[in-house]
Amino acid sequence: MKSTKIIALLVCSMFILLVCILASLAFGARFVNFPDVIDILIHSKKTSLIDIVVHERIPRTVFGIIAGAALGVSGTLMQAITRNPIADPSILGVNTGASLFVVSGMAFLHIGSFSQYIWLALMGAAVTSLFVYGIGSLGYGGATPIKLALAGAATSAALSSVVSAVILPRTEVMNAFRFWQVGSISGATWEGIYTILPFLIVGMLMGLLVSPALDALALGDDVATGLGVRTGTIRLIGALSGVLLCGATTALAGPIGFVGLMVPHTMRLICGPNLRLVIPMSAVGGAILLTISDVLGRLIGSPGELESGIVTSFLGAPILIIIAMRAKVRTL
Amino acid sequence: MTVNNSDMIKYGYRRRQFRWTLVTILLGMLAFALCVAALLLGNTIYPLDTAVRVLLGEQIQGATFAIGTLRLPRMLSGLLVGMAFGIAGSTFQTMLRNPLASPDIIGISSGSSAAAVFCILVLKVSGTLVSIAAVIAGIMVAALIYVLSRGGSFSGGKLILIGIGVQAMLNAIISYLLLRASQYDVPGALIWLSGSLNGIRMTRIPVLFLVIVIFGMVILLLGRHLKILELGEQSAVTLGVRTDLTRLLLILSAVLLIAFATSVTGPVSFVAFLAGPIAARLVGIGAPNELPSGLVGSILVLGADLIGQFAFDTRFPVGIITGILGAPYLLYLLIRMNRTGGSA
Repeated sequence: MKSTKIIALLVCSMFILLVCILASLAFGARFVNFPDVIDILIHSKKTSLIDIVVHERIPRTVFGIIAGAALGVSGTLMQAITRNPIADPSILGVNTGASLFVVSGMAFLHIGSFSQYIWLALMGAAVTSLFVYGIGSLGYGGATPIKLALAGAATSAALSSVVSAVILPRTEVMNAFRFWQVGSISGATWEGIYTILPFLIVGMLMGLLVSPALDALALGDDVATGLGVRTGTIRLIGALSGVLLCGATTALAGPIGFVGLMVPHTMRLICGPNLRLVIPMSAVGGAILLTISDVLGRLIGSPGELESGIVTSFLGAPILIIIAMRAKVRTL
Repeated sequence: MTVNNSDMIKYGYRRRQFRWTLVTILLGMLAFALCVAALLLGNTIYPLDTAVRVLLGEQIQGATFAIGTLRLPRMLSGLLVGMAFGIAGSTFQTMLRNPLASPDIIGISSGSSAAAVFCILVLKVSGTLVSIAAVIAGIMVAALIYVLSRGGSFSGGKLILIGIGVQAMLNAIISYLLLRASQYDVPGALIWLSGSLNGIRMTRIPVLFLVIVIFGMVILLLGRHLKILELGEQSAVTLGVRTDLTRLLLILSAVLLIAFATSVTGPVSFVAFLAGPIAARLVGIGAPNELPSGLVGSILVLGADLIGQFAFDTRFPVGIITGILGAPYLLYLLIRMNRTGGSA
């Protein structure tokens, strides 16, 4: 891809992201004019009602951007590592794993503070993804999409019954969990964002660091080894970074599905298979997608709002169906 | 030599036949024993003759209500629903040649659940209408998955992936409806997320029974063709099976079973998924699997319901117990199957 084209692409996507941010600040139960939004952002005073409204919307917008970026990158990494078009945190059951750990923490260890259950969520995500991938890759042909998808679906079905068994006798946990079960970025606070930010930054950096090696991995393990890539180490780092990104996001937002599935596919369509470009673009794309989903959720669900996790599932599941329909039988 | 050979074959056939009959009878007896236990056990434990007298129509203070009104429908629905899930699940698994491709994993039960939750929470209706909606939605979802996966040539793998995608959308709908609902309606709708035998009335049983008899029979009669379908699309066509028609009939019957059962108890997780492989293990590979699967399904549901009612301080609905019991077996199955390359 030519560098002029890349620059054009970056400018375009940044512009779209900017529009999304403005929309996210403007729309909601109380609509605020775009000029007013900009005015408030520049001269912050927090006096009038719309001032406060816009300021209330800032944390969720910021969180939408970073969570979307993290999920997009995490999906790209998982697809690259597994060389599998449908690898996505939600399909691999990672979100359910994180849920189970968090719910168990709430129920048995009486953990209430966010900084504690981020670790639980990360652990749950890591354990589940390793487990699902391990099971999916046993036997002939390695981790084929079908094996992975089934292993993921079955594991999350099993885990969610355990989750139900844990929360059913405990009403307080059930009430907290009912809203946590569907991913939403509306509850974001600055405190939460600061807590997960280090994890996300480390994850992003690791992902970017291994992207050239992952490009080589796309050629197949043998060729990659021949090119001097340590496939095992690279996979491990990539997986770790993917889990960090989606686990930390899940801890704050709850399970938001399909962002990691949709974004990398779209980005590969637009800018080709080069991961050094696809990874940053997936970050931008994920941010755009999640912010738009959040705005859409507020518009559709008005006067209340529709959780962004529901909106992304709705947009994303058809993509999975299309991938499955287009796939050759042999490659399944 | 030839005589000898055919004798051997006949002997083997008879032995397999014997094993099948024996296992089926044993399973039937176990299911019956659990049914009896479900009638007798509870807050008050009644002796057997009281239960029999109640069933024969005698009015006994206390026992008539406890057994006739509470435990009998519970037991019957457990028996029937388990059977429906078992037969339908094993049909799907055999047809798609994948032990993981049970209706609860490829999204059909979710279709019924979504419709039921919608009826309860949004339209505020209950009873028969909910069941009808659940059945229609189950059929529609199955049809949608089938049509989407038919593009080009039919492939079980495609169907499973598409099913998982559809299920994700349906689950999004269910979550949305539950979040929108007022807190008072939620417990009623939660049954639709994990199956439960609580509060089933006798009026629901006859229709369920009828459906299971009719469509269970259809599946049992088509069992021979189903076996051939398992050999693969091409072989089946060569052997003279009308694959599309057979598959359509099988899917339709299995979906009706699942949807009706789901409409009474909600999705009892993993029963459809577990019954087939367990039954196959018991009767041996190659033997007709549908009836034993149905019995295993009943045993699972009744047994899990007893465990859920009495083993813990909290009364867990049956779906949670089957889910937790099913998980280890599922993992074992996944590992074994992938080792032998069965799921690709």
